[in-house]
Parts: sequence; C-alpha cells; structure tokens
Amino acid sequence: MKTQEKIKEIKPRPFLSENTDFEVRSLDAESYNKSELQHPLYYNLKYLFAGVFFGIVLVKSEVISWFRIQEMFRLQSFHMFGVIGSAVAIGMLSVWLIKKYKVKSIYGEPIQFISKKFNRGNVYGGLLFGFGWAITGACPGPLFAQIGTGATVISITLLSAILGTWFYGRIRPFLPH
Amino acid sequence: MKIIEWLSQPWPWYVGGPLIGLMVPGLLLLGNKTFGISSSLRHICAACIPAKIPFFQYDWKRELWNLFLVTGILLGGIVVALFLQNPEPVEVDPNLVNELQQYGITNYKGLVPADLFSWHNLLSAKGFIMTVVGGFLVGFGTRYAGGCTSGHAIMGLSNLQMPSLVATVSFMAGGFFVANLVLPWILKL
Repeated sequence: MKTQEKIKEIKPRPFLSENTDFEVRSLDAESYNKSELQHPLYYNLKYLFAGVFFGIVLVKSEVISWFRIQEMFRLQSFHMFGVIGSAVAIGMLSVWLIKKYKVKSIYGEPIQFISKKFNRGNVYGGLLFGFGWAITGACPGPLFAQIGTGATVISITLLSAILGTWFYGRIRPFLPH
Repeated sequence: MKIIEWLSQPWPWYVGGPLIGLMVPGLLLLGNKTFGISSSLRHICAACIPAKIPFFQYDWKRELWNLFLVTGILLGGIVVALFLQNPEPVEVDPNLVNELQQYGITNYKGLVPADLFSWHNLLSAKGFIMTVVGGFLVGFGTRYAGGCTSGHAIMGLSNLQMPSLVATVSFMAGGFFVANLVLPWILKL
C-alpha cells in the first residue's frame, strides 16, 4: 500500500505529462516506472568525478571565457566552433556505437534513448538563451566552473539564472509551446 | 613537474572538444544518464523554492545525480585555479582586442573579464545588465528551450534530435544578434 502511494506521488501530473525537458529523464512517460535501479546516495559520487573532469576540460579549453564566446559570435576564431563541432562528432559516434552494439550501462541496464517532440519553446527559449549567452559569455555549465576558478561574482549570475528558471516555471502556462 | 606545466597551457579545440564529447557516452554508461546541465537549475528550484508551481512538482531526488555533476564542475574550476592555472593572459583575436578597447576592456588576465564582472561593478547599469539580466536570460531561456548547450547542442545532436538542431540554431542566432547588435550599446553604458 505504502509503495503504491509513493508511486502516485511521483507520477507526473497531467500538466507535465508531456515532458518538454530534454534533460530530465525521470519525467519521461516512457522511462517512468521502468525498473530503474535504486542505489545508495554515494553511488552519485561517480557523477561528481565526471563533473570535476568536465569542469577541468571546460576551463582548460577556455570554453568558460567570455572573450572566446565573443570571438565565436563575431566569427573571429574557429576555436569554439571546433570545440562544439568535435564534441558533437564524438557524441554522435558514441551514440551510434551504443545503439549498434546495444551496449549496456555498467549496471547491465540497456541504455535508453528518448525522442522528443518539437515545441515552439525550442525556438523562443533558444533565442532568449542565445541573448543571455552572448551577454554573460557563459552557458549553465561554465557558470559553475567560473565560480570555481575564483570569479565569485558569477554566483550572482547563477542565482539570477535560478530565478529565471523559477520565473519560467511560474509563467509557463501562459507561454506559447 | 613538466606534465603540470604542459597541462597548464590552454588546450586546443581538438583536445577540449573530443573530451567534452566523451561526457555523452560516459554518463550513459555510468548509469543511463543523458548529458545536460541546465536542468540542475530546475532541480534547485524544485528542491528549494517549489512554491506549489506544477513545473517544480516532481521527485527531484531522482535527479540528484545532476546536482552532483554540477558540484563537480565547480570543483573542477577550483582544481584548475589551484594546480593548472595558465599564467599568461587569454590570447584573443586582435580585432576583438581593438573593439573591446573602445569600451575600456583591457584586462585579459582572467577568463572572466574583471572590467565587466566584479563585485565592484555589480550595481552599475552595465554590471547589472551583464551579471544579473544576462543570468536571468540564461536560466529562463534554457528551460523554455528544454535544454542548453550540453542538453541540446551536444546530447541532442548526438542523438540526432531535430528539435535540438532547431534549438541549437536558435541559440546561435540569438547570440549572433546580441553580440553584434546589442552588446555594443550595453558596453557603452
């Protein structure tokens, strides 16, 4: 009985039934309620290490630099296009290989891919994020890395981004999707 | 010691890009996770300020891994600052240097320009727009778009998702527009 209640509680509400979020997998109806392995909290430490690795790469390849982002948007340097392009190439190749050979996760689970439907938010939100990217010179990942490198004032930018996310959630019913 | 010096130089795109790309299979193999950063902001809202908003009513604890990931990114920044810091100023295109000089941006010591982003400048009109308004747009826009550079441009494109291609083109279009046509007005303030 108790477990049933728990399931009810995390079931997405009708409003969320179609998950427009490309990044929040647990909200996808397709993956919802599938046998997801339950692990103790410390299993998450591996993601912490993945984050450290990613953070170091972001800083050392200067992706977190406001100057590099300005160069990119002025077509003055190939650097950022090379970084994003080669990252996508490696990503595509790996996803293709994972699908082709039906590679499983380290816990033996089959790896799931969920296709998403287009909604107008992809354009409107995309443009608004582009505006913010050009101003701050940072997407969300680099914000965290910038704070780490000692640019403590960026914690205000991060707080403001959290507020922006909250505001989106607040006015979501009134926005075209 | 040599290796530390070698690692401390800026990494070229053909080193950084592929390593970033490896995050995609890395997270999939480690636990069936899709690469994406901006959703961490949503989980923070869901955990701290849900305010009965339906968008934040979900079991954010199931996405806790994402908060571990972004904490790691912050730690990665600290690791570089402590051990792998490049002592040289950032080398950028001379055209950009000339342009930015007009606006009094001459300090290339940090990856984040201290002339624009500092506690001291935070409450000036320019500093406020750059730090606070810019951040707000990043948070609002990424969630409205359903993802950011990592979730759409890297993960989404890797999985050949059409909406992610549309989103990525929109990111770039918005960035080109503001960087070239709007930012000069902001920097003049």
